[in-house]
Amino acid sequence: MADQYGLIEKSKIMDSTRMKRALSRLASEIVEDNHGVEGLYIVGIRRRGVPLAESIAAKITELEGEAPLFGIIDITLYRDDLSTVGANPIVNRTELDHDIEGKNVVLVDDVLYTGRTIRAALDQLMDFGRPNRVQLAVLIDRGKEHRELPIQADYIGKTVPTKRTEIIKVMLKEFDDEESVWIYEKPSS
Amino acid sequence: MEKPFSRRDFLGIRDLSAEEIIGVLNTAENFREINSREIKKVPTLRGKTVINLFFENSTRTRTSFELAAKRLSADAVNISVSSSSVTKGETLVDTALNLDAMQPDCIVVRHSSAGVPHQLAKVSKAAIVNAGDGANEHPTQALLDAMTIREHKGKIEGLEVAILGDILHSRVARSNIHLLTKLGATVRIAGPKTLVPENFRHFVGSGLAVCPHVSDAIEGADVVMILRIQKERMDSAYFPTLREYSIHYGLTNERLDLAKQDAIVLHPGPMNRGIEIASEVADSSRSLILDQVKYGVAVRMAVLYLATGGG
Repeated sequence: MADQYGLIEKSKIMDSTRMKRALSRLASEIVEDNHGVEGLYIVGIRRRGVPLAESIAAKITELEGEAPLFGIIDITLYRDDLSTVGANPIVNRTELDHDIEGKNVVLVDDVLYTGRTIRAALDQLMDFGRPNRVQLAVLIDRGKEHRELPIQADYIGKTVPTKRTEIIKVMLKEFDDEESVWIYEKPSS
Repeated sequence: MEKPFSRRDFLGIRDLSAEEIIGVLNTAENFREINSREIKKVPTLRGKTVINLFFENSTRTRTSFELAAKRLSADAVNISVSSSSVTKGETLVDTALNLDAMQPDCIVVRHSSAGVPHQLAKVSKAAIVNAGDGANEHPTQALLDAMTIREHKGKIEGLEVAILGDILHSRVARSNIHLLTKLGATVRIAGPKTLVPENFRHFVGSGLAVCPHVSDAIEGADVVMILRIQKERMDSAYFPTLREYSIHYGLTNERLDLAKQDAIVLHPGPMNRGIEIASEVADSSRSLILDQVKYGVAVRMAVLYLATGGG
């Protein structure tokens, strides 16, 4: 069935329960690897990385009894495709209220595909200071063969091998009134 | 999501819809954070060239545009009239065509004649941004005023705004009247009879009132906007003396008491202290003049981004 963008729905790869479990696992892995919340800074990438980062941060708080630092990054102004995406993508606000100097930053996004979004986020992060280290957590990794830059994730909810013609949609209740992950296919025109 | 703004040139508030104005303001809100970073620079307009073409003196606006361009990583070149070929007899259009041949992405223009940016927009391939044209418009000033009002009042719709002083020569007043009435505020203007065009009530439709005296305009206002007495434009006798102007039309604490208790005071600068605004008002906590200047950079970043970013 084609949706409003003419995409063909192929299959649901995660439901709400599986998403919650994956995010819980990511939260445990992050605190284990970083030895607790000391110096830990969870940063969501707008838009869909933000609710995921909030869930991970909440889970970490639950596990450790203490909240990690939390921030939001909007990469629009650091995109490398401003001249090709058409006029003026919407600019949203970056909110890094805590100093990132010496912190263990974990960037959170919904899908890792070409790696270009992460490049933009890294560049922006470096303009704010010198973190101790930066890691990447994603709900879905579409597979290394799609990468256009040498960027990999440290924490992965689920690896989903995909074709270029396919699109992964992470639905979040903040934006879509439901929680699930879907594969869509662009119709061959 | 809707694009906030899809025009190439940024010539005035008059042609914009309320939605476009809000789109630009919301974009500007999101640029503010960059100006409080330690590294106040993003790579967005890397490789783009912005020419600031100023045929009229300006420190604040030109610096503000220059900083906005530089904080977006564009290359900014400033041309002021004293160092340009205009003094050698070149026509405006020739100047524009010559600059255009150097392939800038945006030309920010200020001129003492109304309509110059519109004229340049017709011949230039670069995006034209109006930084003030004669007594016509100063759109980025109105936007930064609106941003200051929104920041302190949380909204614009339903507010009562008094604009006082030399309305006749003021592009700031014209841009603000357009913007504020489009966004649902009521604007009351007042000043010396010689400096308040009576026909103003016809030129934007509803939402504008011409008051007989500044006190009538200030009474119950949420925002009091004072205009500069433009001594350089006083080509005939509009009022007897500056002292007399100050006595009858200047904003003092006493007059400001007629406004709402939490009223805010705006002035586009540069101020003539003791003439249109008393120092006690200018230096009080109700005066947001430096906030206006601060927000000006974010507004101009947004305008440059929208005029040159992407397509």
